[in-house]
Amino acid sequence: MKNAEEIFEILKRQFDDAIIGIDKDTPTEPIINVDPLQIHKVGAYLRETDELKFDSLMCLSGVDDANGTKVKDAEGYEFIQGGTLSVYYNLHSVELKHKITLKVSTPREDAKVESVENVWKTADWHEREAYDLVGIVFLNHPDLRRILMPYDWADGSHPLRKDYKNPEFYQGMKVPY
Amino acid sequence: MALKTESMVLNMGPQHPSTHGVLRLELELEGELVLNVKPHLGYLHRCFEKHAEAMQYNQVVPYTDRLDYLASIGNNFGYALAVEKLLGIQVPERVEYIRVIMAELQRIASHQVALGSNGADIGALTPFLYLFRDREHILSIIEETCGARMLYNYIWVGGLSHDIHPDFVRKTKEFVNHFKPTIVELDKLLSYNKIFIERTANIGVLPLDTAINFGASGPTLRGSGIKFDLRRDDSYSIYDRFDFDIPVGKGLQGTVGDCWDRYYVRVREMEQSLRIIEQAIDQIPEGNVQSAIPKRIKPPKGTVYTRIENPRGELGYFIISDGNTNPFRVKVRAPSFVNLEVLGELCKGYLVADIIAILGSIDIVLGEVDR
Repeated sequence: MKNAEEIFEILKRQFDDAIIGIDKDTPTEPIINVDPLQIHKVGAYLRETDELKFDSLMCLSGVDDANGTKVKDAEGYEFIQGGTLSVYYNLHSVELKHKITLKVSTPREDAKVESVENVWKTADWHEREAYDLVGIVFLNHPDLRRILMPYDWADGSHPLRKDYKNPEFYQGMKVPY
Repeated sequence: MALKTESMVLNMGPQHPSTHGVLRLELELEGELVLNVKPHLGYLHRCFEKHAEAMQYNQVVPYTDRLDYLASIGNNFGYALAVEKLLGIQVPERVEYIRVIMAELQRIASHQVALGSNGADIGALTPFLYLFRDREHILSIIEETCGARMLYNYIWVGGLSHDIHPDFVRKTKEFVNHFKPTIVELDKLLSYNKIFIERTANIGVLPLDTAINFGASGPTLRGSGIKFDLRRDDSYSIYDRFDFDIPVGKGLQGTVGDCWDRYYVRVREMEQSLRIIEQAIDQIPEGNVQSAIPKRIKPPKGTVYTRIENPRGELGYFIISDGNTNPFRVKVRAPSFVNLEVLGELCKGYLVADIIAILGSIDIVLGEVDR
């Protein structure tokens, strides 16, 4: 059983540039920041190494950080420009019973994160959900389609974005609210 | 010359009684043999997570009821624990005891539906009726206390909506005494029924490493033979004070991790829940169940992930607070959503009729899959 700082030290030794830092200023658990294009390597290492054995991905959440600047378009509709989208990974080891939270941040306009579906199969649907609702593209995901919204929902329309605007029509039908 | 064959694609659902709601399965078949199963979700999607962002923390509780609507108390419980952890508040002892008893009553009620419908799906209608008869007792007990039969809005951040009804302790004890012999009856009627065993043993075998890699939890995971229960392994509330066993699949009728094992784990879990209730019911201390409810919920900036053992498995709430009275982001790690992911893997190589038995043994609630 290891705590977050020990795990951070191990990762820092193994992947120098992929590990961006550790955020200890949280009321609950510390968060390790990772490079979005190397998260799959870090994940595989976390799972395979005997002293870590993070064999279970409890949760994967896509988040709109809404930390860009607010801009108004010609119609007076406000949207967010710049800033980041993030993915949080909550990991757990069934055998060693320790937990860790990883976080990757990727630019809002070109949100790309490596898929960890190869490491933990459970990530498949979680990543599809993050793609569907937040609009994060997972590279090398085998089947990146919408999962909860209809398959024919307008491209680029992701409901959990903070600047999401309800469409007036869906397939020619008026959206009642 | 070999005969040229082609696989057939068959649509199952979304309106199908055995899919436990609106779930569409796209089956790829070779005759009766299942080559592949592709679930299509989202028919009940109402974007709970977006709603939650527009609500104050305490206003989210009734929405959580509607996730896993067969285990609403558990949903309230998980959400309340997450926000309490973010706020750093401790709830009174009386609240802890009532929460645990309610959650265990709810677990039994939820398993009764799971077992009953699993049986009914594959032809055993009688146990379904018996189990629903007994579930009625639990619903009346909870109704007397909080006024609702399904969507309770009972466990609030920092406390409970109502104190227990004066008759609660007596009626719960009556229920425990009444229900113990009916589990024996259920065993005779369904668990060791030859036809039921033929339909479920050696069907839908889930190996342990696959289960963990796919993130399966709850009875679906324990059916594969691992003693992993969050009530003990990542203990929350006051579960560490009670003595209970964790039933696991042993392959008694076939292979470890088959449908029968998952079914049987649920039956034995109901007994353990009764044990917890029996221990807790006489120890409820006096106190005020609303004294710790905060007037205004404004947690510090930060993130929290808490998980509880809901009847269907690990229910997790990932909440991000930006220091406001509304949550910035709420993500629900719904056990049914994750358990359903493994369905495709489980059904490969079995027959179409087995899909019904397998789906019943995973026990999904679509309200929580689609959120």
